[in-house]
Amino acid sequence: MADAFNFELVSPARLLVSEKVTEVVIPATMGEMTVMANHAPTMTTIKPGVVSVKLASGQVTKYVVFGGFADILPTGCTLLAESAVPANELTRDTLQQRIEAAQLEINNAQSDEHKTKLEQFLAELTHLNGVLVAA
Amino acid sequence: MPSLKDLKSRIASVKATQKITKAMKMVAAAKLRRAQEAAEAARPYAERMNKVLASLSAASAGSAEAPLLLAGTGREQVHLLVVATGERGLAGGFNSSIIRLARDHALKLLSEGKTVKILTVGRKGNDILRRAFRENIVDYVTFREVKQLSFANADDVARRVLDLFNKGEFDVATLFYARFQSVISQVATAQQIIPAKFEASEKAAADSAALYEYEPSEEEILEELLPRNVAMQIFRALLENNASFYGAQMSAMDNATRNAGDMINKLTLSYNRQRQAQITKELIEIISGAEAL
Repeated sequence: MADAFNFELVSPARLLVSEKVTEVVIPATMGEMTVMANHAPTMTTIKPGVVSVKLASGQVTKYVVFGGFADILPTGCTLLAESAVPANELTRDTLQQRIEAAQLEINNAQSDEHKTKLEQFLAELTHLNGVLVAA
Repeated sequence: MPSLKDLKSRIASVKATQKITKAMKMVAAAKLRRAQEAAEAARPYAERMNKVLASLSAASAGSAEAPLLLAGTGREQVHLLVVATGERGLAGGFNSSIIRLARDHALKLLSEGKTVKILTVGRKGNDILRRAFRENIVDYVTFREVKQLSFANADDVARRVLDLFNKGEFDVATLFYARFQSVISQVATAQQIIPAKFEASEKAAADSAALYEYEPSEEEILEELLPRNVAMQIFRALLENNASFYGAQMSAMDNATRNAGDMINKLTLSYNRQRQAQITKELIEIISGAEAL
């Protein structure tokens, strides 16, 4: 059995998880990555997506995060999410609201660079929407 | 000497006031608990953010390409004061202590020949500062309609601050709010948010900075984190402020309730005394009337 390490998922509003886990899959900006114990120290930004946490007991829980970054050390992993919710609490409506908010922001965006970033964000949200609805 | 009727109506009015202050105290106590919980819930995030940023900034401090949010513009000419106050009054010295601190700071900067710009958060601070620094106020945010402060509210404020910064409108930003110490003590605090300052243990920073792998790159992460850090600092300040506000309101209303109680006692005493005096007076009149017969 794989070694356990400390995983923490925090959003500005609250601490969602702080537990011993064996495996965490995070949606990093450069592609999904699986973190296990004794991972090389890495710092990465994350994009909106699903974080899948495998607890030491073998149970798997899923969380939906909307951007943020992760701080990975050999002894633990901290995920600072801009906002995060357990996957089973997320409803299509809240996602839809976020998509609309992002859309609105694109329309108001001034600089092209900002706009591209937002469009990317929106694409990820939409993708997320598709995935969750299918599930 | 007020008449009996006057005294009676005054007692009634003080009693009504006491009822209101008592109710406000209880409401404040309930809201305080929730505000305190929210402030505590935000703490882990802020702490970790601070830790990560401290190690990142230590690593990039020397380089010339350090982001402006971290290194500053190199000047200290234009100051932005972000003053966060409450939406309402009736909270003792809560609003005035924050405003006094901000005003002293602003006057000191002005006397040094610096330019001062003010962004007010909260209606009370805006009303009062507008009197003294009408031309200096550049923006005003109110959360009057907001029931539960969320990160999005803080993000809104942060975005305005960052917009101004990116346009080169100011060099240094300082945040004013009341730090929550306990129900009876809230300390008005000034905190510099741009350029960012971190109280990091030097050793821990040096340890971790060297071996990290960064994805995508160190600069990009810093660039994304620093604005978020500004938002987080503001969020934290707003939450602390909120808890402080209810703490101050609770103790102010507690005082008011007690004062009203004292006042009622005093008024009742003089009411009874006067009633007795009147009875005595009437008795004397009857007796002396009877004797004259």
